[in-house]
Amino acid sequence: MSLHVLLLLLAGLCAGMAVRTRPLHAALWLAALSAVVSILFYRLGAPELAVVELSVGAGLITVLLAFAISMAEDEAMPAALVPRPFAWLLVVVAGGALLWLLLPALPAVRQVAADAPFVAQVWDNRQLDLVVQMVVVITGVMGVLSLLGETRAPESPAVEAHQ
Amino acid sequence: MTPLQLSIAGVVLLLGVGLYGLLISRHLIKVVIALQIMVKAALLALVAAGDAVGQINLAQSIALTVIVVDTISAVLALALIVQIKRRTGTLDAADLAQLRH
Repeated sequence: MSLHVLLLLLAGLCAGMAVRTRPLHAALWLAALSAVVSILFYRLGAPELAVVELSVGAGLITVLLAFAISMAEDEAMPAALVPRPFAWLLVVVAGGALLWLLLPALPAVRQVAADAPFVAQVWDNRQLDLVVQMVVVITGVMGVLSLLGETRAPESPAVEAHQ
Repeated sequence: MTPLQLSIAGVVLLLGVGLYGLLISRHLIKVVIALQIMVKAALLALVAAGDAVGQINLAQSIALTVIVVDTISAVLALALIVQIKRRTGTLDAADLAQLRH
């Protein structure tokens, strides 16, 4: 139990640092958060998801963020758009409302029917999800290719005159 | 406190930090990072709920879909950010809000 609390606090610390620091450091803190969340998944009995979260969250997303930061360069930003006290107030109100809605319902949570194995859940019971995932991945790849491929410089006047 | 209550407290903490980051960040990459934090909170809530009701494999399969969609949306957002930087020279959300055509 104490390790669970420690991991949750560590996750909160990593998230807080990811919000406070500059983008490159924030990407590294986000990777640390992914690693901590993976350990939590493993402890909650979800080892397959922990592996996916560790490889995708701490690996792929971090590399992509570093790539984007290196291409976009770091720039200093002045004050926040929303005043910080107002942002804190909104966070406290939203968190309080969430806890007020969730906590009374938690004692009523009970174990339901037996769970199917993970492979059966993914490949048999949730086939529509798989189709949607494939469509999303293909759409995303096409979107990225069209976005990053659109970098051709405008044609020079000499080329236009030759044509 | 039960493990589920502890996990829900952690979820609310992560959601709060992500929401705060979303509200105060002007840098577009920091906005993506804040959204990623909130998605991790949602994943943790799914897994904790699946563990509590004895349907952890169902929760894992749903969370897998969330991870795939979240990753693709992050990749698209970062590609957009790179293009925005190339075309406008800034990633400041306040400056970009002033742009007209």
